[in-house]
Amino acid sequence: MTASLLGMYRPGTTVVHRLAVGPKLATLAAFAVAVTLLRGPWSALCFLAAAVAVALWARIGVRATARAMRPILFLATVFAGFQLWRVGWPLAVEVAGDLLSLVLLAVVVTATTPTDDVIDAITRACEPLRRFGVDPERVALAIALMMRAVPDILDIASQTRDAAKARGLERDPRALLVPLALRTVARARATGDALAARGIVDD
Amino acid sequence: MAQIVLDGVTVTAPGDDETTILGETSLRLTERRIALIGGNGSGKSTLARLLNGLTAPATGSVRVDDLDTVRDGAAVRRRVGFVFTDPDSQLVMPTCAEDVALSLRRTRLPKAERRERAVEILGTYGLAHLADVSVHSLSGGQKQLLAVAGVLATDPDVIVADEPTTLLDLHNTRRIADLLFGLRQQVVLVTHDLELATRCDRALVLAGGVIAFDGDPAEAAASYRESVSR
Repeated sequence: MTASLLGMYRPGTTVVHRLAVGPKLATLAAFAVAVTLLRGPWSALCFLAAAVAVALWARIGVRATARAMRPILFLATVFAGFQLWRVGWPLAVEVAGDLLSLVLLAVVVTATTPTDDVIDAITRACEPLRRFGVDPERVALAIALMMRAVPDILDIASQTRDAAKARGLERDPRALLVPLALRTVARARATGDALAARGIVDD
Repeated sequence: MAQIVLDGVTVTAPGDDETTILGETSLRLTERRIALIGGNGSGKSTLARLLNGLTAPATGSVRVDDLDTVRDGAAVRRRVGFVFTDPDSQLVMPTCAEDVALSLRRTRLPKAERRERAVEILGTYGLAHLADVSVHSLSGGQKQLLAVAGVLATDPDVIVADEPTTLLDLHNTRRIADLLFGLRQQVVLVTHDLELATRCDRALVLAGGVIAFDGDPAEAAASYRESVSR
């Protein structure tokens, strides 16, 4: 099983680890807004440099981070290549830089924040919605499970790829996508069963 | 021991009332260690899932200490813990301590105490050194041990274990079996391992959705072996 850093907490004692979850999520949200609003290749490169600096500061491990970023790096290369061909290098750099910096900062936040803290923060934030019938604990648990699902789905994808390769079907998208979708749904159902069995959704 | 009573229970396939998964079954389970054995698709997992309220009966009722598994589902789940075959589907949080702490959320303990208690529980099962380790990086045996620890964290009265050793090697099978057999709780164990079944006080053999044998585990194992070789 390949343990990815995506959606995975890595304990540590850096300032980034010790920062409260609220300011961390607020910073990530502000960063996302800034990345979306500021256009051009130079701002994208600055955002990427900032995200790399925060990742190094958080000491979440260069190798593990590189492994987590590999699929996004692939996507960024494809998007950048397309933009380079259709529009030109400034947009190619902007698209790739914006995507990589956002995902990298999100990786830093999830890798430096215990899921339990995220649940508590989201529960607190959703508390005013209780009067409208929203159950804050359930919303928080759903978001935590979504974070947990990222490495799970990557594992399933890796196993599905291996299974397709073993049958000589690695170039057939159906042999990859259909089992991936089915196994992901099966895992989601099994997780639901496990939560129900543990009485976590009863409260 | 808890009083588990099934009264005229049947289970049908989801969305298909015509297909019966478990035929009419009435049982009283009061022994400390109970084994459910039988072939694939015989209905033993369905019977196990009834006890925790994971599966609702189509007819009849399942009661645990007079609590109905459908009407009093939450109270039943507080009494009956469930261990799945594949611990990967049971472990829902990123690290070991967080996963055990998730079980403790319903105790309403403050977060720091929850974490402290979770590490303490991990220590009981020799997993304290893995508290902050990702559940993804554990071995199969460690994952199943952690899954059992997560269930035992809330101290239920009954443990239902659905083939908890099927995916494990011999060493880890013994480790998990010894843990389950050493518990103070009543244990209902679904298993293909006849050696484990014969360690129980009572065994039920299921075949085609009905109970084909109910009684002494050694005789149950012999009856199951005979039905397989027929």
